[in-house]
Amino acid sequence: MAFQRIARQVIPVALLASLLGGAIYATRGARLEPADFVFNNGTEVQTLDPATVTGVPEGRAIRMLFEGLLVSHPETLEPLPGVAERWEVSEDGLEYTFHLRRDALWSNGDPVTAEDFMWSFERFLDPQTAAEYAYMLWYVEGAEAFTTEVEDGKAVHGFDTVGITAPDEYTIRFRLKAPTPFFLELMAFYPMFPVNRRNIEEAKERFPDRWQQQWLRPENIVCNGPYVVEFRRVNDRIRFAKNPRYWDADNVAFETVDALAVESYTTALNLYLTGECHWIDVPPANVIQELMPREDFNPIPYLGTYFYRVNVTKPPLDDPLVRRALSLTIPRKDICEKVTKAGQVPAYALVPPGLAGYTNANMPHGASYEEDVAEAKRLMEEAGYGAGGKTFPTIEIHYNTADAHMQIALVIADAWSKYLGINAKLLNQEWKVYLDTQSNVGYDVSRSAWIGDYADPNNFVDLFVTGGENNKTGWGNEDYDRLVRDAAAELDPAKRMAMLQEAEAILVDELPVLPIYNYVTQTTFSPRLGGYFPNVKDEHFPKFWYWMDEEELAAKRAGHGDRDDMQPVEAWGPEEGLYPPAHPKGRARTSSEEGGD
Amino acid sequence: MLRFLARRFLWFVITVSTVMTVSFFLMHSVKGGPFDGERKLDPVIEANIKARYHLDWPLWRQYLQYVGPFNLDDQRALAAFDEEGGFALWRSEGADGEPTRAFGGVLTGDFGPSFRYKDFTVNDILEESLPISALLGVLSMMFAIALGVSAGIASALRPGSGIDLTLRIAATGGIALPNFVIASFLVILLVFLIPLLPVAGWGTIQHMLLPGFCLGLVFAAYIARLTRTGMLETLSADYIRTAHAKGLAPRTVVMRHALKGGLLPVVSYLGPATAGILTGSLVIEKIFFIPGTGSHFINAATNRDYTLAMGVTILFTVLVYTLNTVVDMAYTLLDPRITLEDE
Repeated sequence: MAFQRIARQVIPVALLASLLGGAIYATRGARLEPADFVFNNGTEVQTLDPATVTGVPEGRAIRMLFEGLLVSHPETLEPLPGVAERWEVSEDGLEYTFHLRRDALWSNGDPVTAEDFMWSFERFLDPQTAAEYAYMLWYVEGAEAFTTEVEDGKAVHGFDTVGITAPDEYTIRFRLKAPTPFFLELMAFYPMFPVNRRNIEEAKERFPDRWQQQWLRPENIVCNGPYVVEFRRVNDRIRFAKNPRYWDADNVAFETVDALAVESYTTALNLYLTGECHWIDVPPANVIQELMPREDFNPIPYLGTYFYRVNVTKPPLDDPLVRRALSLTIPRKDICEKVTKAGQVPAYALVPPGLAGYTNANMPHGASYEEDVAEAKRLMEEAGYGAGGKTFPTIEIHYNTADAHMQIALVIADAWSKYLGINAKLLNQEWKVYLDTQSNVGYDVSRSAWIGDYADPNNFVDLFVTGGENNKTGWGNEDYDRLVRDAAAELDPAKRMAMLQEAEAILVDELPVLPIYNYVTQTTFSPRLGGYFPNVKDEHFPKFWYWMDEEELAAKRAGHGDRDDMQPVEAWGPEEGLYPPAHPKGRARTSSEEGGD
Repeated sequence: MLRFLARRFLWFVITVSTVMTVSFFLMHSVKGGPFDGERKLDPVIEANIKARYHLDWPLWRQYLQYVGPFNLDDQRALAAFDEEGGFALWRSEGADGEPTRAFGGVLTGDFGPSFRYKDFTVNDILEESLPISALLGVLSMMFAIALGVSAGIASALRPGSGIDLTLRIAATGGIALPNFVIASFLVILLVFLIPLLPVAGWGTIQHMLLPGFCLGLVFAAYIARLTRTGMLETLSADYIRTAHAKGLAPRTVVMRHALKGGLLPVVSYLGPATAGILTGSLVIEKIFFIPGTGSHFINAATNRDYTLAMGVTILFTVLVYTLNTVVDMAYTLLDPRITLEDE
């Protein structure tokens, strides 16, 4: 029994020691001082590498760390100088020349040069990098061929076939295939941000097996944006610290920013309500009505459409008359007012409204829902269904498992059954299975949504060209394809918009998709947060953020007037405000503080 | 004792390899892949991403690569033809002259890169999250044992009394109420109505109290019931009567003699309870925003993050198996009548 005696003595001590050690390791995040500003990023980011991701949370983190040729104005989203201090566009709109500022530095002290951008764009377009957003740069001459023409996964063409050149160390020039009105907007889009070549190459040398993870580690990553990474823990937070080498560091207010990865909407709201988080992107749907009158919740139109895809390859949904009847019977107003409730707008077209220079081609509809229903009944009869006609087979409404989608599907199924006598069943699938079903067009009617990457109708209209990867409806129309193709090559912006509108008109006439509503932004943020504005892309540039002092906050509130939806709420953040050093109210930084670093 | 451990180890190897094999093929047979998204990728890009993670290989080869110990990729060190068609059984350099890894896979302790969190390997993620889950688990376990055992003893000493009845109702309530209901309730009470504790997050002891309590409550209830039954049985045993007859203080009889025997059912429950705390912590982790392993258990599966899902599954298998073995060994420490050789 010697073993038991030893065990009795050793096991408790060993357990206690490992418990202590574990506790110290597990709580290392607790030693972090609270950050100047905390926001919820919604989930853990997939990567911080600007080139390879497509998600919204990733975009938010990457805009903290890197800066492209341009940045966007926080409210109007107009292009502002970033690493490029000025730029020229040739008369035919095909050549863009950017002049880089001389004082832009990487966080390791190296200057940011045209060479960095050349290398980063080559990396971004290289098929080996497998950048999901590579197509965003295919407006550049030769870029599409460079990415897509491969042998054994490797590019066939050299990068010199792509229309990107660096005439000198601080100039970079793009030659486009066709005039692209949103090209400047693209240059402020995060996949176009540069990465540091030395950063990646050194990691490859030092960690041949694990360089893909290692170069992004807080201790290795080299950035050129307003912040650098200080600490990172999966499913917890990314702690950003101000980058002192950023060229515009004098205009960056916060010293530290936390991006949390809270997935539960309720938990995020709780953190916001207790002041531990200052900006959340989506509140839980069931509190929207309580939030509506508050000054910190101001939904504005967002560049996205919620719609149903229709499988047009099999009867009865291959008949455009039936699809029109189905679309007319969708109680859009009820859905927006009683289900989604945050001010969403009923949609009768695919492209969200409000894009500069573009007028939507709306689906024809009557002045009231009753008129629409009457018309829908007539259409069904014309298609041979209804009293005395064929019986309409049961159809399924397919959606990914989520309460909100189920409620909308229920309302629609109910309306179809009540007014058209159609028996519609609900079918929910787990996200990845749902995507698989949708890609294989294995559904009848399937919930879908599209959020624009840039403010141009092309972003939406382009989805439904025949055989397009994101079409997923089996629908195709030669005229539509021709219009989309010609519009891409059209030099005159007004004509181009007219062509896209004509294409959209074909789409809403044939209705392979049934538009339902347009999204609104749901961002909720402390009224004290300055330099931050809800905008149509819900895209926010961190270099502008600061805390207002009481005086400025009072002025802002006075500007609201007597609006009902502006009830003052607790304004999280320091009462004395926190302004960037260059601001007159900027933190009075004593010389001793700077010398002490 | 050694024979017992040897036998357990043999079963350990069989269990883990079965779990690993079955979950690998199950995981890969589910519809949808790690890189499917709402935005469908260009075919060239998609092919290259898949090639990077060897998803273009036949499944058996992916499996062998995953298990290891040999690295089977194109730079493979084992049995390969080089550029000129020459055959080499072994090489330390890849075709491009760069040194290559000869070994890899689970057998070498490498769970591979995470498919979803591309900046981390599965090892990184597990190393970081496991201590957090473990600390939370230990806390809630300590709490469950303290509350459960004392409630159980109190009940058993006066069976049928008011105290017994109240505690038993409370225990039934603790089992019946899901922990997210209790969590929401406590958040309203202790965060919003009486602002005592932080609402969510991780780091300080205050952050751990609510989640630890909510996670441990259901186990406390079970332990209370088990302790009560075990104690009732032990208290009526002959040796307890002897102890009383010897004139020992009632307190000594209960704490020194009865408790040892009465706690045996509780000890045997600790194995499954630990498994329950590990896998059940995901709800609590989500509500209280705790970066532990539990949430990866579900998220990795829904994200089709094959390597992470496999890593968590294997880790949990190993933990549950080990803890069950430890519990069995603890029996002998508590009850001299039991020896492991009898098994």
